[in-house]
Amino acid sequence: MILGSINPAVLLAALMVAATPILLAAIGELVVEKAGVLNLGVEGMMIMGACIGFIVAVNTGSPFIGFIGAALGGMALALLFALLTQALMTNQVASGLALTLFGLGLTALLGQRYVGITPPRTPKLDLGPLSDIPFLGRALFTHDIVVYLSIVLVAAVWWFLKYSRAGMILRAVGENHDAAHALGYHVKRVRVLAIMFGGACAGLGGAYLSLIRVPQWTEGMTVGAGWIALALVVFASWRPWRALAGAYLFGGVVVLQLNLQAAGVRIPVEYLSMSPYLITILVLVIISSGKGRSLDAPGSLNRPFHASS
Amino acid sequence: MRKTLLRLEGLSKSYPGVRANDDISFEIGEGQMHALLGENGAGKSTLVKMIYGLVRPDAGAMTLRGAAYAPSQPSEARRNGVAMVFQHFSLFDALDVAENVALGMENPPPLRDLAARIRTVSEEYGLPLDPSRLVGELSAGERQRVEIVRCLLQDPKLLIMDEPTSVLTPQEVEILFRTLRQLSGEGTAILYISHKLEEIRALCDEATILRGGRKVATCDPREKSARELAELMVGQLLTPPERPERPFGEVVLEVEKLSLKSNNPFGTSLKDISFQLRAGEVLGIAGVAGNGQDELLLMLSGELRAPSPQVRLKGDPVGHLGPNGRRAMGLVAAPEERLGHAAAPDMSLTENALLSASRRKRLERGGFIDWGKTEAFAREVITRFDVRTPGPHVLARALSGGNLQKFVIGREIELDPDVIIVNQPTWGVDAAAAATIRQALLDLAGKGAAVLVISQDLDELLEVADSFAALNEGRLTPVRPAKGLNVEEIGLMMGGAHDMHVAHEAAQ
Repeated sequence: MILGSINPAVLLAALMVAATPILLAAIGELVVEKAGVLNLGVEGMMIMGACIGFIVAVNTGSPFIGFIGAALGGMALALLFALLTQALMTNQVASGLALTLFGLGLTALLGQRYVGITPPRTPKLDLGPLSDIPFLGRALFTHDIVVYLSIVLVAAVWWFLKYSRAGMILRAVGENHDAAHALGYHVKRVRVLAIMFGGACAGLGGAYLSLIRVPQWTEGMTVGAGWIALALVVFASWRPWRALAGAYLFGGVVVLQLNLQAAGVRIPVEYLSMSPYLITILVLVIISSGKGRSLDAPGSLNRPFHASS
Repeated sequence: MRKTLLRLEGLSKSYPGVRANDDISFEIGEGQMHALLGENGAGKSTLVKMIYGLVRPDAGAMTLRGAAYAPSQPSEARRNGVAMVFQHFSLFDALDVAENVALGMENPPPLRDLAARIRTVSEEYGLPLDPSRLVGELSAGERQRVEIVRCLLQDPKLLIMDEPTSVLTPQEVEILFRTLRQLSGEGTAILYISHKLEEIRALCDEATILRGGRKVATCDPREKSARELAELMVGQLLTPPERPERPFGEVVLEVEKLSLKSNNPFGTSLKDISFQLRAGEVLGIAGVAGNGQDELLLMLSGELRAPSPQVRLKGDPVGHLGPNGRRAMGLVAAPEERLGHAAAPDMSLTENALLSASRRKRLERGGFIDWGKTEAFAREVITRFDVRTPGPHVLARALSGGNLQKFVIGREIELDPDVIIVNQPTWGVDAAAAATIRQALLDLAGKGAAVLVISQDLDELLEVADSFAALNEGRLTPVRPAKGLNVEEIGLMMGGAHDMHVAHEAAQ
């Protein structure tokens, strides 16, 4: 029995690790889209984080400083996007695509001398007796701190959007920017801050790939994780906990197909590697079929804001 | 003599190419109901934006209760006791009532306490509201209550109302007025912007009239007739449109028991709509915004397809045809939203003329556009409807609302249709242009076309319509002859005041 060789506890643990980069990027993009901005540059900001985080970690010897560098790197690229779309009023879709291409190219240049190096190891968080619980301990409590941070971040974003006044203003700006402006809120300021937060999250997600998951630097190593994160936001109907569920679902498919490959299932490897992406497409089609404008989508998403007065 | 609350001295504001406000001075007393009157583009909006801190004046000064007042943003105005109810609601569809109220306040209490206060205040003023409902699900009247309650919770000294009654039924207007009088009695001054003169004569004790950015008069509106006020506003004499008596022809457009789901999640689905429209007849359809007007227009123009046999044009089923198919058969339509629906904002007037006229005016041959002919057609529309623009090469978005409206309606009228459907034909258009558009519609009917006018302006409908029906929550009332109908009856056809009467009586 082929499937018998797959250990569910290990699978669950691997799933959380596989899901973390896209979860981080998705929760950032979720906040950006809630503020009414569509940033298609997630892939570019992720690879930027992966590269800068790797360089900083190798040079300082500390993965934690590396993660901080990654967040700043992602944020720097996001600021460029903010400058283009919020100050210079360029088209968001085109600017986002350009950001991805720019990020891929820039990191290929910056990371040239770092190919083949092993980064400093990120320690696992020692949770003491918790990790000795049978099954659950192995599956849930043997991770590094970033995995837990990503879950805390989801909870924080959920709380922020639902209960805080700042979160309410952010939703208002994304829902109807003209009304928000008329009430005297600073639409652009809110949006720039949200874009920066999105960039930092995407950067962290990228660094998780290069410092923990892989761990190595190679050109273009995000291979579409940013696009998956974008799809995940729609999949989650702009709700944080659903983004977590979606990320873990996606992580599960990735890990399962890897395990199936390793177990030697007689399906061509290419089909298995395709499966996470196929499932993403399938889920998006199912979700978006049969409705006009989704009730959940922010009303001003991807609409440029000109203050008329 | 009551004490002065707000004094404006020499306020001026220019935008590139326009002097929006020029040296405007007047005073508002405490508890006074002060009307601000003027045509579209007279500078009313700019003036109140300056008072509310959204726009900074170029010159001039304001004094509020004796102290200098120069708000740099709306929050500063709100702190000083100035509140505003917007013409186009400043509400957020996907947020609930309490959140919407909280967004308009400086220091809102926690949402749970706020919900309780919303209930108290809304009942006190006869404006019932459920704080937990999503705003996107509310009717236009209810949405306005959200705005008013939002202002009331901050104990305003001055409440600015920008054309508040344009979306209300006559009964709802009555209740709004009662609320405003109650507020005024409590010492809150109200700056009331409108171009509905009878309303102002009923409500206000002083009126300032603007024309072309300047103040032309301050007067007591109760001492002037509506006609005198209108002539002050427009600066010329007005003639009501002519309406020759004429017999109606055969039924050309017929809709039978049609129900259709809206394509917009916050829209209103059409329910069991039936009516007949005869050649030469003008059918007016009244109703408060959001009761299915958009859907009705989309269904008739062909943008929303309907089960074929239930929509018949000259006896032929047309429900399955799109807008072009119906245009070819003689049915044209002009939707309410000018920019982006009736006209493509970034295309020139010539191109916009082509978009709807190519079929009936044969502006295309073998897939190629005859630009010469198209431009000539655009020029014809511009001349005949007095569209003020440098020429047909100008982009649609560069025209003012009224001018663009004349163009899009004129474009359809020039097609010589058998049936024309218009939604809000004179919305945001000044009185002179509105008269031109109404006259053109009547002339068209005189030539034997069937005209269907959907409008929220009752005066307009009474002026042009031969027969009359109202939309209420997606249902159409039976069609009645317009002659002999009074505003009271029309109000009831429009659905009365929803649940407001009861609440007001309960509050007293």
